[in-house]
Amino acid sequence: MKLPLSWLNDYVDVDDLEIEALAKLMTMVGLEVEEIRLVGRAKPPGDMHEFKYTGISWPVDKFVVAQVDEVMPHPNADRLVLCRVNDGTDEIIVLTGAPNLLEYKGIGPLGQPLKVAYAREGAELYDGHQPGRKLMKLKKMKIRGVESSSMICSEKELGISDAHGGVIILDDDAPTGMPLVDYMGDAVFDVNTLPNMVRDASVLGMAREVAAVTCRELREPDVSLEMDGPAIEGRADIQITDPELNPRFVLGLIEGITTKPSPYWVQRRLNLAGMRPINCIVDATNYIMLELGQPLHAFDYDILVERAGGKPPTIITRTAEVGETLTTLDGVTHSLDREMELVTDTAGPLSIAGVMGGEESEVNGETTDVLLEGAAWNFINVRKTVSKLKINSEAAYRFSRGVHPALAEIGVRLALKRMAEWGGGQVSQGLIDLYPNPPEDPVVVFSASWVNDSLGTNIQPEEMADILRRLAFECHVDGEMITAKTPPHRLDINQGLVGRADLLEEISRIYGYDQIPSHRLNQPLPPQHVNHQLMMEENLRDLLVNLGLQELVAYRMTSPEREERRFPPEYDGPYEEYLEIQNPITVERRVMRRSILATMLEILEYNSNLDRRLAFFEIGPVFHPVEGQLLPDEKVMLSIGLTGVRDLPSWGMDEPPVMDFYDLKGVVEGMLAGLHIENVHYRAGEHPSLHPGKTAQILIGDTVVGFMGELHPLVKANFEMGEAPVYVAELEFLLLLAAARTLFDVEAVPTFPPVLEDLAVVVDEAVTAAEVEAVIRKGGGNELKKVQLFDIYRGAQVGDGKKSLAFNLTYIAPDRTLTDKEVSKLRKRIIDLLGKELDAELRS
Amino acid sequence: MTGKEAELEKLAQIQTEALAALADVADEGALEAWRVAHMGRSSAVMGVFSRMGSMDKDLRPVMGKAANEVRQALEAALDEKRQALEAEALSRSLETEKLDVTLPGRPVRRGRLHPLTQVLRRIFQIFGDMGFQVYPSPEVETDDYNFTYLNMPPYHPARDMWDTFYTKTEGVLLRTHTSPGQIRVMRARAPEPIRAILPGATMRYEQLSARSEIEFAQVEVLVVGEHVTFAELKGTLDDFARRMFGEYARTRLRPSHFPFTEPSAEMDVGCFVCDGHGCPVCKETGWLEILGCGMVHPLVLEYGGYDPAVYSGFAAGMGIDRSTLMRYRIDDIRHFRNNDVRFLRQF
Ligand SMILES: [Zn+2]
Repeated sequence: MKLPLSWLNDYVDVDDLEIEALAKLMTMVGLEVEEIRLVGRAKPPGDMHEFKYTGISWPVDKFVVAQVDEVMPHPNADRLVLCRVNDGTDEIIVLTGAPNLLEYKGIGPLGQPLKVAYAREGAELYDGHQPGRKLMKLKKMKIRGVESSSMICSEKELGISDAHGGVIILDDDAPTGMPLVDYMGDAVFDVNTLPNMVRDASVLGMAREVAAVTCRELREPDVSLEMDGPAIEGRADIQITDPELNPRFVLGLIEGITTKPSPYWVQRRLNLAGMRPINCIVDATNYIMLELGQPLHAFDYDILVERAGGKPPTIITRTAEVGETLTTLDGVTHSLDREMELVTDTAGPLSIAGVMGGEESEVNGETTDVLLEGAAWNFINVRKTVSKLKINSEAAYRFSRGVHPALAEIGVRLALKRMAEWGGGQVSQGLIDLYPNPPEDPVVVFSASWVNDSLGTNIQPEEMADILRRLAFECHVDGEMITAKTPPHRLDINQGLVGRADLLEEISRIYGYDQIPSHRLNQPLPPQHVNHQLMMEENLRDLLVNLGLQELVAYRMTSPEREERRFPPEYDGPYEEYLEIQNPITVERRVMRRSILATMLEILEYNSNLDRRLAFFEIGPVFHPVEGQLLPDEKVMLSIGLTGVRDLPSWGMDEPPVMDFYDLKGVVEGMLAGLHIENVHYRAGEHPSLHPGKTAQILIGDTVVGFMGELHPLVKANFEMGEAPVYVAELEFLLLLAAARTLFDVEAVPTFPPVLEDLAVVVDEAVTAAEVEAVIRKGGGNELKKVQLFDIYRGAQVGDGKKSLAFNLTYIAPDRTLTDKEVSKLRKRIIDLLGKELDAELRS
Repeated sequence: MTGKEAELEKLAQIQTEALAALADVADEGALEAWRVAHMGRSSAVMGVFSRMGSMDKDLRPVMGKAANEVRQALEAALDEKRQALEAEALSRSLETEKLDVTLPGRPVRRGRLHPLTQVLRRIFQIFGDMGFQVYPSPEVETDDYNFTYLNMPPYHPARDMWDTFYTKTEGVLLRTHTSPGQIRVMRARAPEPIRAILPGATMRYEQLSARSEIEFAQVEVLVVGEHVTFAELKGTLDDFARRMFGEYARTRLRPSHFPFTEPSAEMDVGCFVCDGHGCPVCKETGWLEILGCGMVHPLVLEYGGYDPAVYSGFAAGMGIDRSTLMRYRIDDIRHFRNNDVRFLRQF
């Protein structure tokens, strides 16, 4: 809410406080000042400020109250006038085109001079002729042959509002020559109202907080009201259908009012508070809403009488009937449902309770008699209505957060008083007040030591009670025990245990968070638990980073179409059920992802032109709805993506080769070895996204834990990617977690020297390297420690349909140096076995 | 002159000539040629040895000794010369071999953690040092966990504070904060005391822009025990802020409202961009809002399975994306999930 400080000062003295100090004090009590708009007042000195300042100041030597003594015609322009102005020290001729001065043109010296806001040469103010707020400096200039260097200001030029229809005419008693800032300088705080502090979406509410924290006196508005009209009794009636939804309904009547503009100071306050002045009737309801926090609604009484067929109207509050509609004063027609609370009369709906009035019964320029509604509504009902109809209003903002029914009567009284003051008219004797459901203002009992134990403070019981009293609680102190009764303007305090917490907040807030000591945890250390999953996840991240991969963090929201791109165009796979979002921000992100591979491919595509080598991994959940289970499975998956050159290019070096399947396999192997997973093997497999001949299943024991391979050319064509083939792997993290070992055997470092030798064998093309290796290991027995493939040859020397595989073999015995004789025996055994099992021949 | 004197004279001359020739040797090749010529099988000195058999018996010992001395002298001179040549070659190469040290180094393939992971780990470490342990919780939540158990029954006004993505499954939504994890960890641990960190992705219905994301990482901190105080909340978060933002980081707590804590506060840290002088990052206030916190609301304790008459606690929640954004003055919050390598490789 926007809070003009001049208004605040009506209820608590704040004029003596530095703007910044006041803003800080309010922020520290929960009324966060988000911005300070200067409307004349000076910015505090110094360059360290804790708030953002906007607006302009009116230096005392540049802006003053002045009087226009005569308005004379401009010699060369019909629409311009020359004003003879007295600024308290000099008489100046000021050129202006203000339309509201034209009526005084050429009538000679004015009997009653016009008081105006006057800016001297050199003053900085907003340019009234430019859209928005653009600063300009007043300089000497000539307009149509007449020189002028100063200005009579409009609201826009002074930064009060955007109105530039004419210059401001001040009240006649404005003292000529007085600095303008002293006469009407102001500053407006933009205060962020917390959801539980809607009582403070009012000037009085904020004044109460300021008074409480500064220990100053709060001046509540005077609700005494002269009711000299005929009695309201019999002029209208109220029927409340459901007191749960409408705990109170108050009506007041004022007759013979003139629908005219409010006094200038009222208009200025409303403008500063961000509301557009309309006329004295509407302004009075808005003014009281801002002042007190109680929204009000003004009906044209004569229209209601007409709707009632000439009889006194009966106001009925009830929920809407099926098919009922209402056109609200913003011109929108709403279809209502049976939960929506309405204010109606015998002829139908008048307004949506607590939200917005209807067009028909609204006050208008001809209104003379006003029936004024002040009511209390169930905040949950208002809230539902607002969210269903998607409308909002200042009234709904407050009612949907809870306005105490006690304020309804105060609001009606204050508004009737203001209407009579600003628009004339007679206030009818009495109010019609139906109050079937008064809330119980909670009484909370608590001990001072409990407060101190909770806060870590040492506040005396009397001081606590005093803090609460300053917030208008009725308090009774009995030794340690404090009894506090909630004041009848707030609905945020509960009973019992929760009420105690509510008061703990009130006490600590006013006592000051910065006064509460700060110290380290003085609690027993809780039992420490193993978190295997997190440990392994972090371990896996480190491993993959060490293997040269960049980690990704990706969106969970996607669309089925986006995920389908991971399949070839003609692919017809099984139906995949998605967790769908009811209110997506875009169709592109309307489901929770099912495939981490799809995410990887999108990110590879995004980066495909940005680097010559891409090597990524992601660890994150995918979301699979499960029949008979409310929440989806959040399966943690690992994806790896590689494409581009193997090494980064460098000067003086050959162009590096592009990565192939075995680069990916190297990463997978390195990762699984790093997790100390044993019994890993790979076998040719199939996957709809991958090249059928370049796909491997990754197995731990008999369990398939994932797959890897080259992206299918048809899938690759779905993406805009570079020339180089793309390699991806997807593994299920929990399966890795189950196989990973944190405890593993460490082999002794061999004491005796190894014997190294090479072995090249020729086998049929169909025989895999893994098969050959397995046979070599079988033949080599325990002494054969390492078998490593180092070359593959195909060509004339080995014959068609054959290939030669060359291995490095390492023999070590733990207890002796192996002799040549022993090694050649082992070698012979291997060769024999290879011949027998794989029909392999030693390559000569 | 006797035969013996003549022979000795000849030996001396062999030595003199050889040493003179050695003086002219200037490189390894010439040195080898010299060795062959003056110490090789057919050299003069070796010739003396081979002629030894034909010499007088009494002359042999003398000549043998003298010839050996000559050979040893030549060997010593050869070693000396070799060392000298090597030293010379080294100093020549040190003088002449010069690299352009400004040429770029060979690129090393380096992997990196995502910046959000890096920041998250730092937070884990700081709270880990204070005895906090990570507790995982789901990203898709029930309405109850996300709101009701956090003291926001349906149509509670505070639900407005979070713009929520609902799913088409009744009562299931994308969690708007990590706070549902509070209930989950409490229900898992009650009645043990708790010091937990709850990290993870959260989602909010926002228009995507440079300043607002629909998905972002959060970390929640929860302490539950028998006498946990507001002062301990302050102390713990002050310690955290110092370790996270620097030894001299200024902090302040100001009243705020969260339905699941009471009293509630917002913690600000002195702007590390402008040092409190005011800048666009801190919106000219000198303060950056980094986390929301407060004492756990009695109803939340109750929903978690702790008797609020006996237990109390505090909780804090912070957005990782936003604080990382401020820390590195990143212009667009969407960079985190776009995964542009040009962005990622700067961390
Ligand atoms: Zn700053």
